[in-house]
Amino acid sequence: MIKTDILIIGAGPCGLFTVFEAGLLKLKCHLVDALSQIGGQLSEIYPKKPIYDIPGFPSILAGDLVKNLEEQIAPFHPTYTLGERAERIEKTGEKEFTLTTNKGTVIQAPVIAIAGGLGSFEPRKPPIEGIAAFEDKGVDYMVKDPEKFRDKKILIAGGGDSALDWTIELADIAKEITLIHRRTSFRGALDSVEKVMALAQAGKVNLITEAQAIGVNGEDSLQSVVIKSKTLGEITKEVDNFIPLFGLTPKLGPIADWNLGISKSAIEVDTEDYSTNIPGIYAIGDINTYTGKLKLILCGFHEGTLMVQSAFKYIYPDQKLSFKYTTVTGVEGLEK
Amino acid sequence: MEDTNIKLTVTDREGQEHKLEAPTDMNLNLMEVLKSYELPVEGTCGGMALCASCHCYVESEHELPEQSEDEEDMLDQAFFVEDNSRLSCQIKINEKIDGIKVKLAPVS
Repeated sequence: MIKTDILIIGAGPCGLFTVFEAGLLKLKCHLVDALSQIGGQLSEIYPKKPIYDIPGFPSILAGDLVKNLEEQIAPFHPTYTLGERAERIEKTGEKEFTLTTNKGTVIQAPVIAIAGGLGSFEPRKPPIEGIAAFEDKGVDYMVKDPEKFRDKKILIAGGGDSALDWTIELADIAKEITLIHRRTSFRGALDSVEKVMALAQAGKVNLITEAQAIGVNGEDSLQSVVIKSKTLGEITKEVDNFIPLFGLTPKLGPIADWNLGISKSAIEVDTEDYSTNIPGIYAIGDINTYTGKLKLILCGFHEGTLMVQSAFKYIYPDQKLSFKYTTVTGVEGLEK
Repeated sequence: MEDTNIKLTVTDREGQEHKLEAPTDMNLNLMEVLKSYELPVEGTCGGMALCASCHCYVESEHELPEQSEDEEDMLDQAFFVEDNSRLSCQIKINEKIDGIKVKLAPVS
């Protein structure tokens, strides 16, 4: 069990900077993120994108901003649970929340700051009617254990690295493997593209390009997928497993079930301190909404800064003064 | 001030048509204009052709700059892709597209 002062859900720029501002008030932070790296969208979607509206930086690459934030908060020794999604929050005491992740990690804190951006990154699911019924019954959005597909008839859809890599990897394991892709060219690494082409030539992979999956059929489990191809028309392919690999997209996910005030997939907050309708739970950055809200990194920094002041008063209501570490002489060498 | 606005027609996901105007002198792209009008476009990546959340269909015959490799690649991750599919963040607002008609692609 992990115990901390402020449990921050989301290790994007806003969550990271909040560690700094909390640290100045001697509040410790633990961050949880569904991604296996810190930085949120900045690391996952656009690490090489220059950002132009960070005060003091005419231009900074998103990836560099994350690195700088990591360095800036290092003196405050934040701790992390990465690659796990915040699943459930329970109020387990007067000033105590207990959060459980999808992998069973338990974290306790008096204050929770939700800095979840657009939600947690999850596989992008193709809008095929009835596909949800076959999840884990033939439809998989990621490959956890290749052995699961031994001697099975597999259909993979997608044109990126993961679609190519798994086609190559599963070619030796599966009984039969088909790869379908919307275009004739692939966006994956050249080496992987060549390998897949060679496997197709050798008859080890059925490659169907300019095609999309449009239907799924089966009883208790998946039996076939309907494919619409520019050259072959509509065909029904009998398969045991269908693996659509279309990248990741952020979804609000379990946050929607935490009894928070939600409007248009965002959490309603009071702009005085970015508190939600549940005392002790705050929402900062892209995930919150209020009149005049702007989804900017710099606004998230501001929200996190004000939020920790309120969090301090919530945790220590009797303390009249809250001393801040001075930043005049820098923030190095703080106690652990 | 010189009037540098162009006109656009946007059909939203409910089939409702919106007549919009946008300035050509602010280096905007179509995604940014759609967001300014509070049309339901995410534009998660901020206009770098990196997320496919601003997918639209171009329904007029305007000649647009060819799709970059990046845009094509991202459209691979979108659904409901048609021959006239574009990422709106890759369409620059200039006089060449005055009168353009676009339709928002469904979201899954």
